[in-house]
Amino acid sequence: MPIVTMNVNGKDVSGDVEGRTLLVEFLRENLSLTGTHVGCDTSQCGACVVHVDGKAVKSCSTLALSAEGAKVTTIEGVARNGELHPMQAAFKANHGLQCGFCTPGMVMAGLDIVKRRGKKLKEETIRAELEGNICRCTGYHNIVKSIQDGASKM
Amino acid sequence: MSDTGIGARVVRKEDNRFLTGRGKYCDDINLANQTYAYFVRSPHAHAKIVKINAKKAEKSPGVVAVLTGADLAEDGLGGLICGWSINNKDGSPMKAGAHPALATDKVRHVGDHVAVVIGESLAEARAGAELVDVKYKELDAVVEVGKARKRGMPRVHDEIAKNTCYEWAIGEKDATDKAFAKADHVTKLNITNNRLVANPMEPRVALGSYEPAEEHFTLYTTSQNPHVARLILSAFIGMAPENKLRVIAPDVGGGFGSKIFVYAEETVCLWASKRIGGRPVKWTSDRSEAFLCDAHGRDHETTAELALDKDGKILGLRAHTTANMGAYLSTFASAVPTYLYATLLSGQYNIANIYAEVDAVYTHTAPVDAYRGAGRPEACFVVERLLEVAARETGVDPAELRRRNFVREFPHQTPVIMCYDTGDFDASLDMAMEMADYKGFEDRRKKAARQGKLRGIGFSNYIEACGIAPSAAVGSLGAGVGLWESAEVRVNPVGTVEVLTGSHSHGQGHETTFAQLVSDRLGIPLEQVSIVHGDTDKVQMGMGTYGSRSGAVGMTAISKAIDKVEAKARKIASHLMEASESDVEFSGGNFTVKGTDKSLAFGEVALAAYVAHNMPEDTEPGLKEGAFHDPSNFTFPAGCHICEVEIDAETGVTKIVKWTAVDDFGKIINPMIVEGQVHGGIAQGVGQALTEACIYDPDSGQLITGSFMDYCMPRADDLPSYDLGFTETACPSNPLGVKGCGEAGAIAAPAAVINAVTDALGTEDISMPATPNKVWNAIQANAKQAAE
Repeated sequence: MPIVTMNVNGKDVSGDVEGRTLLVEFLRENLSLTGTHVGCDTSQCGACVVHVDGKAVKSCSTLALSAEGAKVTTIEGVARNGELHPMQAAFKANHGLQCGFCTPGMVMAGLDIVKRRGKKLKEETIRAELEGNICRCTGYHNIVKSIQDGASKM
Repeated sequence: MSDTGIGARVVRKEDNRFLTGRGKYCDDINLANQTYAYFVRSPHAHAKIVKINAKKAEKSPGVVAVLTGADLAEDGLGGLICGWSINNKDGSPMKAGAHPALATDKVRHVGDHVAVVIGESLAEARAGAELVDVKYKELDAVVEVGKARKRGMPRVHDEIAKNTCYEWAIGEKDATDKAFAKADHVTKLNITNNRLVANPMEPRVALGSYEPAEEHFTLYTTSQNPHVARLILSAFIGMAPENKLRVIAPDVGGGFGSKIFVYAEETVCLWASKRIGGRPVKWTSDRSEAFLCDAHGRDHETTAELALDKDGKILGLRAHTTANMGAYLSTFASAVPTYLYATLLSGQYNIANIYAEVDAVYTHTAPVDAYRGAGRPEACFVVERLLEVAARETGVDPAELRRRNFVREFPHQTPVIMCYDTGDFDASLDMAMEMADYKGFEDRRKKAARQGKLRGIGFSNYIEACGIAPSAAVGSLGAGVGLWESAEVRVNPVGTVEVLTGSHSHGQGHETTFAQLVSDRLGIPLEQVSIVHGDTDKVQMGMGTYGSRSGAVGMTAISKAIDKVEAKARKIASHLMEASESDVEFSGGNFTVKGTDKSLAFGEVALAAYVAHNMPEDTEPGLKEGAFHDPSNFTFPAGCHICEVEIDAETGVTKIVKWTAVDDFGKIINPMIVEGQVHGGIAQGVGQALTEACIYDPDSGQLITGSFMDYCMPRADDLPSYDLGFTETACPSNPLGVKGCGEAGAIAAPAAVINAVTDALGTEDISMPATPNKVWNAIQANAKQAAE
């Protein structure tokens, strides 16, 4: 089996994978980073969003081998020194999560939106940008508020 | 009010682990020596199983075992059950078709479970499953609720004629018919309540493990009610006695009803672990399997009529509903279109005469059971569509027609079992109309028209019955269990507290809300309170979370246990301070003796209880109390939602431009969490009204909407922000005064949306979901009619 090597949340890691192993499987099964979730099998729900070389990708439709040599950030790598990142803190302050299952993907997508669209985000912008992330609990109201708030505090 | 007590907007204790990726969901759990299950599922809606040949699969690399329904039967395991028995109009019991966890003779819906392949890895199990050779003899299928009872339709269960599970009725037929005979106006509607898929974001998981030495089973699963799952697996399916069966439901990623039920997969994984000698067996549903096999929701065809006198007073309501049960009766399926539906057909209104008939039918589709609201959204849709259309037909303002018929005296006994305990329907309507600027609507409509947009407004004045208790009442209606709740409050020697609750949190924030109650009552910081749930080995028997019951029933049990803790602590404190109990006060976490400076903190009393060097006579050491709570009535949350839409006539796209919700949930423990529940409920209701539909091909019975590519889950840009308001009439049937808030939005929203859409279009003939295609066609039809 081929060996894949990448940097995940600041740590160099490597592992045996099959050609068909998905990045999400590598993260969850090889590295036990279970914060990245799988909520669908058609790349629609976004529970699996991680950052690869600074870009948000759906790790359920990315081959682990294609991330060879990449710098990967998962939800576990967002908080620093035990302090929530401002985006995470905003989700908590604005009740932007309920069951928590879509939350890692929402936070990672939110960070990516800020990176691409800046810190002053309109509600319509956030709603349009979240088209690749599904939440069934919150009705999005507080997720939109959380991302707006988190962005302004970054 | 303290910063963390009842009524405080406390941020959630559970959030940090979810926000940092450290939640512990079922699929995050792996056991040593674990195997993986992959199910062989029926590709046909209806077929006879001629032969299953597993020889090739068994030899496939990494395959540990291939198991079928014959193996299940050999081990004497019972089939899946429905725990609520409904009687027909003539008093005879409903007909429940057999529901084996793995099909033996026939498959009855696409995705029906035929065999399971256990592999060293998921990939190997899946590859093995490809090699299981199942010979089917395909048979005709019926999937549409309206066709199931027709002559010549294939039977889902050979022994059940006309595919009819039951023909049930409620109310007085003759009196209602007489009321209709006297009516000045009758409004009649044909209503389809579209079939939905709950789709919590976390798919279901079952991880079964058998320890041969102890003959003990452990099941990790995505359950809203692990104790009920254990009860069913033990007492009905016959897996093991309860003391040899532990069910753990850790962090669960949403449920919305679909995780109440005991399904084939958890039964099979648990049993298979024993069958293969004790290695754990894990199954994680993929989303496609969830669409095929999770219990679906709704799927009613209804004809409904409302009789009015010349003053717009409602004289009677009549309804006939056909409800789709799918191929098998799921755990609580039979109760949904009966006691959770027709008992709410009085709405917020004083209706002297109601008669409803419900026919439940089998079809070759996945089982249908409770989905957020469960019966009550269907009832609200019937009542609120009738009211809105009647107002339009008689030229009365829709708010005014509602007002003429509101129940204003409580308690109010409806003709359909429910006795409303309290409420103020004028208050919620007034506040909602003010917040929605109802007076300014006609100006907004004109302004929109100038821009080529069709603007409409719709009301939905819902009422629901929550708690799904008292036990004796539900028992008399056919429930196989009591629906009380349990709690144990364990005070530790240093004064920290663990609460063991039979409720289960899968997004509702119990770890915070329940801790607020304890903090408020015992005067200890929130951080010193832990809520324990979801493990049958840790927590005493409980009934779980559904029907918006965790506040009204679950928290009341906690409150009663706190009463007992407080009483014992007071006794000990009085003894230690050498005062009579009647002179000792408890406030802010301190016991004090009236008129003295004597004081003992709650933690000091707890320590004294465990050290037990100086206890009052006849008092046992320790400080730990349990309670069960069985309420005296359902609770009745109610409110008014107003939806305002703007439709683009060119594209048929409906945009919700304003949503106003005013709800009366009684006392509110944490407004932030309650608002979140309302938001989410509305979103699911809007999904039903505008985007979601579970569709089977009427000829082949194939599921057309089998993924998020085909089934339109509402996204952030399909939904508005919501304006929320609250009125309060305290619930009299529990000491906290709470009513429940989890389902309100999903119950109220569909009628509000469709009332708004039909108002904008000027036609009533729009079925849910009101997709752009349907709306655009309605606009074209209107234009054509106007031209003629």
